[in-house]
Amino acid sequence: MDEILKILQGNALEPRETIARLLDLPAAEINRRIADYEQRGVIRGYQAILNEDDLDIDKVTAVIEVKVTPQREGGFDLIADRISRFPEVRSAYLMSATYDLLLFVEGRNLREVAGFVSERLAPLDGVISTSTHFMLKTYKRLGVLMHEKCSDERLTVSP
Amino acid sequence: MNGSPSLRNRLSLVVRDIPRSGIRDFFDIVTTMKDVISLGIGEPDFDTPWHVRESTVFALERGATHYTSNLGYLELRRALAAYVEKTFGGRYKPEDEILVTVGVSEALDLALRALLNPGDEVLYHEPCYVSYRATILFAHGVPVAVETRPENGFRLTRAMLEAKLTPRTKVLMLNFPNNPTGAIMSRADLEDVAAFAREHDLIVITDEIYGELTYDAPHTSIISLPGLRERTIFLHGFSKAWAMTGFRLGYACGPAELIDAMMKIHQYTMLCASSLGQKAALEALARPAVDVGEMVGEYRRRRNFIVGAFADLGIECHRPLGAFYAFPSVARFGLPAKEFALKLLHEERVAVVPGTAFGACGEGFVRCAYATSLDNIKEAMVRLKRFIARL
Repeated sequence: MDEILKILQGNALEPRETIARLLDLPAAEINRRIADYEQRGVIRGYQAILNEDDLDIDKVTAVIEVKVTPQREGGFDLIADRISRFPEVRSAYLMSATYDLLLFVEGRNLREVAGFVSERLAPLDGVISTSTHFMLKTYKRLGVLMHEKCSDERLTVSP
Repeated sequence: MNGSPSLRNRLSLVVRDIPRSGIRDFFDIVTTMKDVISLGIGEPDFDTPWHVRESTVFALERGATHYTSNLGYLELRRALAAYVEKTFGGRYKPEDEILVTVGVSEALDLALRALLNPGDEVLYHEPCYVSYRATILFAHGVPVAVETRPENGFRLTRAMLEAKLTPRTKVLMLNFPNNPTGAIMSRADLEDVAAFAREHDLIVITDEIYGELTYDAPHTSIISLPGLRERTIFLHGFSKAWAMTGFRLGYACGPAELIDAMMKIHQYTMLCASSLGQKAALEALARPAVDVGEMVGEYRRRRNFIVGAFADLGIECHRPLGAFYAFPSVARFGLPAKEFALKLLHEERVAVVPGTAFGACGEGFVRCAYATSLDNIKEAMVRLKRFIARL
């Protein structure tokens, strides 16, 4: 993978001049390549990684396994796309093995998520069954530990 | 110096006359201060890979807490033989040509003690790791420093070595990639040095602890050159490439006669390296490419950053090609390296190590380790800029 993407994945706020310096390339080249990634849709956005457990907000996340019937033209993509467009669905993946789609669905409370599943998701043509799990606590998200305190155990000067 | 003078007089003369490491003195000052950004740390800022730590806990639970063979677990020596052949290009028999030690430091001490008679001379290049001179002296050898210079990238040449050769010269010590300069030797450079060692029938001790950490060109080990394996003790360990400094795990590879002599000292003084450290090493070798590759990429980017930052400040710095140190010249500021480092520490709370800690010819230089976060390096450069504007 392009090192620019690797750096941005680690810290999307890294200034372009710093990236240029890290990679020993002109800043104009970095700008051009990032603009190109944005235009091509390789970079689809920049978000903050929050530890939401420490925020006093009303929110529940459900992980939902969905079995669907693939359609004659379009396979899983048509139904997956239809489901993904609901704003409640934060992530959606096609899976191997016992079920087909894995969804991460958010709502303000359990009732809201239950309503989404029973009234929107389950009745869709092509959805065979759903199995809903509620998330209790986040330990790690997007490669970031949520509860780790920073500490450097190293001596301050060593040979 | 504390303690009564009468006790001091009873110390071994060799030990008494060797000064403490310059790094140690500096460390004592730094620890009294708060909010210091340290570019003085000679170890990775990465954590030991989790799979290594996790499997060490498992090894502890399973009871791998006993003495091991003096040479180290045979299973580990087999894995080391395969790794050394693949990575450094030398073949060693796990049964009698590999010795697992308590870090490379112990291995170096064993090698020198196994080889030297009082008065034997050891050629080594400066600036170099802080322990070399002392370790030679502890082994009753005579340290003969060969000075390397930034003009040729702190590399060692045959002419430099010839100039210091005497009939008492017995051993040549090498450390590339180098701490503190970040220098590496190309294959052609090494071929000249190898020819020198062969022609003068020297034993070579090569400390390649930073061997995995090169940035623009691959590392060449002297053991891969013709006729060198049979006169060389190769030293390597897990501290740098796997960020396992506290495990204290190194190893030596060499001809059976030499390893056997080293093992004799090791079995009477150390018995064996830590069993848990050995288990950790075994796990580290199970997937080295993934762990090491990630770190190398990160170090390379930081190297680029710090070298560019020095250039902006008008500070001359040879481009380090390996290890994780930059060794810029601060001579133009008119202060001795130690004073420069102390003043920078007191006024801006940035710790760097004066080049003189690595030998007299390190005067005029400071060592800046980039084994710290990019944020720390950025802040250190801001402070350094402020500092030199006042000088």
